[in-house]
Amino acid sequence: MPALPLSKLSRSKQVLFSLLLVVLISGICYAFSYFIDYKIVAFTLLLAVSFLAVVFDIVPVLLAALLSALIWNFFFIEPKYTFMIHSTEDTILLGMYFLVAIINGVLTYRMRKMEKQAMEKEEKAKTIKLYNTLFNTLSHELKTPIATIIAATDNLKENKKNLSEQNKEELVSEISVASLRLNQQVGNLLNMSRLESGNMQLKKDWCDINELVYSVVNRLEENLKHHKVHINIEKNLPLYKLDYILVEQVLYNLVYNASIYTPEYSDIFINVKNNSDRTYELAASKTGKSELVSEIDSLVMQVEDRGPGFPEPELEKVFDRFYRLQNARTGGTGLGLSIVKGFVEAHDGKVILDNVPHGARFTVQIPAEVSFINILKNE
Amino acid sequence: MSNENTILIIDDEIQIRRLLEITLESNGYDIIEAVNGKEGISLAASHQPSLIILDLGLPDGSGHHILKQLREWYTNPVIILSVQSNEEDIVKALDNGANDYLIKPFRTGELLARIRSALRSASNEEDANAVFEFGDLHADLASRVIKKKNEIIKLTATEYKLISLFVQQAGKVLTHQYLLREVWGSGYINQSQYLRVFIAQLRKKLEDDPNRPAYIITEPGVGYRFATTN
Repeated sequence: MPALPLSKLSRSKQVLFSLLLVVLISGICYAFSYFIDYKIVAFTLLLAVSFLAVVFDIVPVLLAALLSALIWNFFFIEPKYTFMIHSTEDTILLGMYFLVAIINGVLTYRMRKMEKQAMEKEEKAKTIKLYNTLFNTLSHELKTPIATIIAATDNLKENKKNLSEQNKEELVSEISVASLRLNQQVGNLLNMSRLESGNMQLKKDWCDINELVYSVVNRLEENLKHHKVHINIEKNLPLYKLDYILVEQVLYNLVYNASIYTPEYSDIFINVKNNSDRTYELAASKTGKSELVSEIDSLVMQVEDRGPGFPEPELEKVFDRFYRLQNARTGGTGLGLSIVKGFVEAHDGKVILDNVPHGARFTVQIPAEVSFINILKNE
Repeated sequence: MSNENTILIIDDEIQIRRLLEITLESNGYDIIEAVNGKEGISLAASHQPSLIILDLGLPDGSGHHILKQLREWYTNPVIILSVQSNEEDIVKALDNGANDYLIKPFRTGELLARIRSALRSASNEEDANAVFEFGDLHADLASRVIKKKNEIIKLTATEYKLISLFVQQAGKVLTHQYLLREVWGSGYINQSQYLRVFIAQLRKKLEDDPNRPAYIITEPGVGYRFATTN
């Protein structure tokens, strides 16, 4: 019920809506007043006030209760078109009507308020749980490389004599791996906090998608050494107006995931194409030709792997923060895919995960302005 | 004349200065250090270093300001170090006369390559040379000829303008705005789609594998760099 869009109206609009509803229902009842008893009218109005109590604030509800009581008295209770009431019974009825309407309104309103509080409490509990997960994951993912660096440097400093040249080299290489891992995790966290802050400023510029895709694959060369990457980019793809760095990060995270969570020597497919939604309208005038009325182009990027796929019930959850598959190998904070989702949604796009016969497939679709000048003949 | 092989480091972080000192001295450079902009400017004036490494986030006012002041008289290369990967910041520094930038954390090899490249192009400028050699590329700007593996590459007028800017400022990051203004004119400064198209065309003609460019390197969100280290 709280999801009703009516509840989002401003106070003054709520008042207006409430009063109009009362007037409308009274009008209808008045039109049929020959057929229905004036007591039925009271119940109908009461029903309307109850409905308002469910969706609106207390003030519009009380105003509606007051107005409906006045209207009922004026138009329906004998003698009509006066505020006078002859019979004692009617006077009592009117008083009771007013009381019931107000009690009803107040009670419903209080119930909603309590419901809201309960929801907020639940929300808060969820946030606390999320933060606990965050701290657990963080302390593990950040402290492991830090511990490695501290231990290795201590060793190099204090144990110099006993270490062979090979030992020393191994320690240095451990430090190097740990610091790169630390850097990547901090990068993830910074991206996440950019998203959380809610004021992502996109720096859109024309992007050559071909270049973007290959730059990701080249950056991941080391990780993809033991995979077969198949890149399939639609010919004559237009230029897209996007935030290059964010979209590159999206593709990077998807391909990176595919590279670490699928078996060695398996295939990874990167498919890129344009999706064009064109709406034509038959022109009513002379020519009778159809006219292009709207055109929305989208960049569609798919990353498909030949890994184990995802358990069906988990498909929805993978984009949640800190989500990690059961038994997932270490090395991730569970932030990669939620960053993907956040960056894609910042572009008003969407990302879908589904299982395909021999693996998983992520599909990113981002609507964007396009330019086909790259296909024109140059000067 | 500047002090051959002397590098001035302007950075408030002692750890970074230490590391740079060890790295650079072991590679044959003489190092002088400044912990803030004011000291940096006076050391630059008294020692005339052949290159300056400048941190953008200095305590006594932004590195941008120091860079502007330096550029009023200092003509040797300036390489920016920054922790922020904020592209606008980088573009601003490049527009203010920085030759190159590196984002912390950076790899030592990368830093050394950038320093060599900046020093080399600085000495090229002094020679006012019109002939350039990069790997299998040969550019003779006096006779407007570009060759790859000794074969002349056919270029359109626009492509030629672009490549001549690149080779003359090899190693330096050229911002999108700069390239658009120089090649197409100031009215085209927001028309980056042209740049994308011509860069792609140039790569097809110059690179062994246009998808793994070795010469025209993309600096995401900032511009392009003509690599000299191959």
